[in-house]
Amino acid sequence: MKRIRSLTAAMALSLFALIISGCSEGDKAHIGAAGDAAARVYVAPGKYDEFYNFVSGGFSGQLAVYGLPSGRLFRVIPVFSVDPEKGWGFSEETKPMLNTSHGFIPWDDFHHPELSMSDGSPDGKWIFGNANNTPRVARIDLSDMRTKEIIELPNSSGNHSSPFTTENSEYVVAGTRFSLPVPNQDVSIASYKENFKGTISFIKVDKTTGAMDLSFQILVPGFDYDLAHAGKGPSHDWMFFSCYNSEQANTMLEANASQNDKDFIAAINWKKCEEYVAQGKGKKIDAKYAHNVFNDKTQMASSEIKNGVTILTPAECPGIIYYMPTPKSPHGCDVDPSGELIVGGGKLATVIPVMSYSKMIASIEAKKFDKEIDGIPVLNYKDCLAGEVKKPGLGPLHTEFDGKGNAYTSMFVSSEIVKWSLKDFKVLDRAPTYYSIGHLCIPGGDSKKPWGKYVIAYNKITKDRFLPTGPELTQSAQLYDISGEKMKLLLDFPTIGEPHYAQALPAELIQSKQVKVFQLKDNNHPYVTRSEKDCRVERKGNEVHIYATAIRSHFKPDNIEGVKVGDVVYWHITNLEQDWDVPHGFAVIGNNNSELLIMPGETLTLKWEPKYPGIHPFYCTDFCSALHQEMQGYVRVSAAGSNAPLTHN
Amino acid sequence: MKPLARLLVVLGALSPLLLFILPMWSIELEAPQYPPPYGLGMKIYINKIEGKKENDLGNINNLNHYIGMKRIEPDSIKELKIMPPLVIALSVIGLAAALIGKRKVVIGWLVIVAIAGCVGLYDFYQWEVDYGTNLDPHAIIKIEDMTYVPPLIGTKVLLNFTARSWPDTGFMVLGLGMALTVAACFMKPRVEPS
Repeated sequence: MKRIRSLTAAMALSLFALIISGCSEGDKAHIGAAGDAAARVYVAPGKYDEFYNFVSGGFSGQLAVYGLPSGRLFRVIPVFSVDPEKGWGFSEETKPMLNTSHGFIPWDDFHHPELSMSDGSPDGKWIFGNANNTPRVARIDLSDMRTKEIIELPNSSGNHSSPFTTENSEYVVAGTRFSLPVPNQDVSIASYKENFKGTISFIKVDKTTGAMDLSFQILVPGFDYDLAHAGKGPSHDWMFFSCYNSEQANTMLEANASQNDKDFIAAINWKKCEEYVAQGKGKKIDAKYAHNVFNDKTQMASSEIKNGVTILTPAECPGIIYYMPTPKSPHGCDVDPSGELIVGGGKLATVIPVMSYSKMIASIEAKKFDKEIDGIPVLNYKDCLAGEVKKPGLGPLHTEFDGKGNAYTSMFVSSEIVKWSLKDFKVLDRAPTYYSIGHLCIPGGDSKKPWGKYVIAYNKITKDRFLPTGPELTQSAQLYDISGEKMKLLLDFPTIGEPHYAQALPAELIQSKQVKVFQLKDNNHPYVTRSEKDCRVERKGNEVHIYATAIRSHFKPDNIEGVKVGDVVYWHITNLEQDWDVPHGFAVIGNNNSELLIMPGETLTLKWEPKYPGIHPFYCTDFCSALHQEMQGYVRVSAAGSNAPLTHN
Repeated sequence: MKPLARLLVVLGALSPLLLFILPMWSIELEAPQYPPPYGLGMKIYINKIEGKKENDLGNINNLNHYIGMKRIEPDSIKELKIMPPLVIALSVIGLAAALIGKRKVVIGWLVIVAIAGCVGLYDFYQWEVDYGTNLDPHAIIKIEDMTYVPPLIGTKVLLNFTARSWPDTGFMVLGLGMALTVAACFMKPRVEPS
């Protein structure tokens, strides 16, 4: 009791100190921060944040879950990279999730999370993510925050304009950054213009299960397709992609792809594509890709190598795609809540171009085309322009919306967020970021109904913002209050990996549906052990299968003899707990593998090939109970060829 | 008895039957690791024992193994098999009393119910004592002179747990039924035509 009291006193004191320092030092201590920032991001112990913020981990390959406004990190969801802590990619159940047509890949580069949507608004069912390096799209279930499906994209490389979804998540799209020969083949790189093509993939998403299916690909000129966003409302049928390198350079793109004054925003009518596919206008070509699915019932993933994809060629399918010129080297491609305005982000442009959907349609109907590229009509920039934001800053990248008639654009080079009006395209406010902002996020900020309370900057450089940690520094996010006319910096918080895009939604949309335990009675894992009396050890040739259970505070069995050097041992461990937040861990000495972290009601399998005869201890790695340290056991390993019988207790 | 009084007795006589759908007693357990509303709890019916939440009973049993308490296995508790026919019998007798409509008979029924209730509570307490004191000598946690008998009514601290035991809705409804019956007994008898 005394300890609790002194703890409370210490907390109260430090809180007091925080408030005092916040007040007295003000701007000096927190460059750019509002004076009352501390109070506005303070979430009292035991209280909950208002928003979940899903932030891409970039080169970490994972997805991080933060709370807003506190900026506290809650969980890192393993997606494209192995995670030995959680056994992701190490357990037999999860290894297939990281399979590709190139075999097992332990890492990737995750850039863009995108929440599933119903009627243009996040519905809290799933969040999708892209693998940039070996092109894949993942689907993560928001009820247990686990990756449930990963689909590889053939004929693609540098899967950057992905995984943006249509208004009701009918499709998730994926465009190629690197164009390639389609199908890929051994050609001279200098034959780029002749042989290299881009593809835009449309992945159909099942409304109830979320199951993904690669529906079709559009073969497009060999530009670099960069970012995308779906139309909504009036522009429901359309998807917009920015693309650069219309020069089709294959070397030193830095200069060679920066020559044309205008590049393009590709407008794709996916409804029309569907019609052509239904009419059989697509051509099926060979294309190998992996499709990995985690089955909740069996708690196991499986990987299938599929073959064949339907290709639509614009020249043969008029009306599916148009190019809208946009100031040079665009990056972001964002659609406002009304679905009428399409905002480009020309990295090297001096303006922010705002294109009009209705003017685009009028141009298409009037057939006012400047030219054609490979059968794709090129519209006139001025004809489609709603307006330009003049002198916005340097290096505009991405734009999000607050739902109150304003847009917020990140400026990489001038390191700031610029707020501007969607009515007259006038700049209203600017706030510095520390430093070099990439993406930005407003909760629901790319949807029909943004929750325009905060904007979060995801910065590429932090320099002096945190205690230095050698040459490699944390990257960071910055939280700004946008409820008033002026943006107010409230908080810096470090992020995992490199944050690219992020999305946020009100906690109430998903908080109550979080899974607390997996029900043992619904566990249909082929190697489940539902009670201690079913524990057993079986030999099949040189394979040994250990059906074990874990419950506070013991494994059953915990003494096993008769394993031999040369055996392949599979530990199938079921956590018998049915209580919230009681995982058990498992590790065995000398295993060339990770640990297992087994949630209540879950079965996981760890493969172990013991190398030497002798006694091999194993133990629980998660402090599960007062007697966690007693949760241990031994395996006796005998020499290869010994006659030791297989026994257990 | 007047028709209204008889109706009250009928309601009183039927009230025990609600014990088949409403829990009679409730035990709640809270601890630092099991804060409200995520504490553990049991609902005790005349014919079954259930967790307040889906896995509560299993989790209580799992925790109890540390102190060497027997597992609470509803299937092996004889009271849960004996009580249902007794309760039905009480109702039948009550209905018969209503039919006879004599105040003395109804009072007799009330006395039977009261005795049955007392015996039931006594038995329940004995059951608690048995579980709370009849502990496995190989228990993981052994504290000299410590027993784990939950209170019959009220709150008691048992190691890190605070146990609360209270009559639940079934008991309340039964009580209401008895109150109606008592009220019926106080109503003026029908004036017999002379």
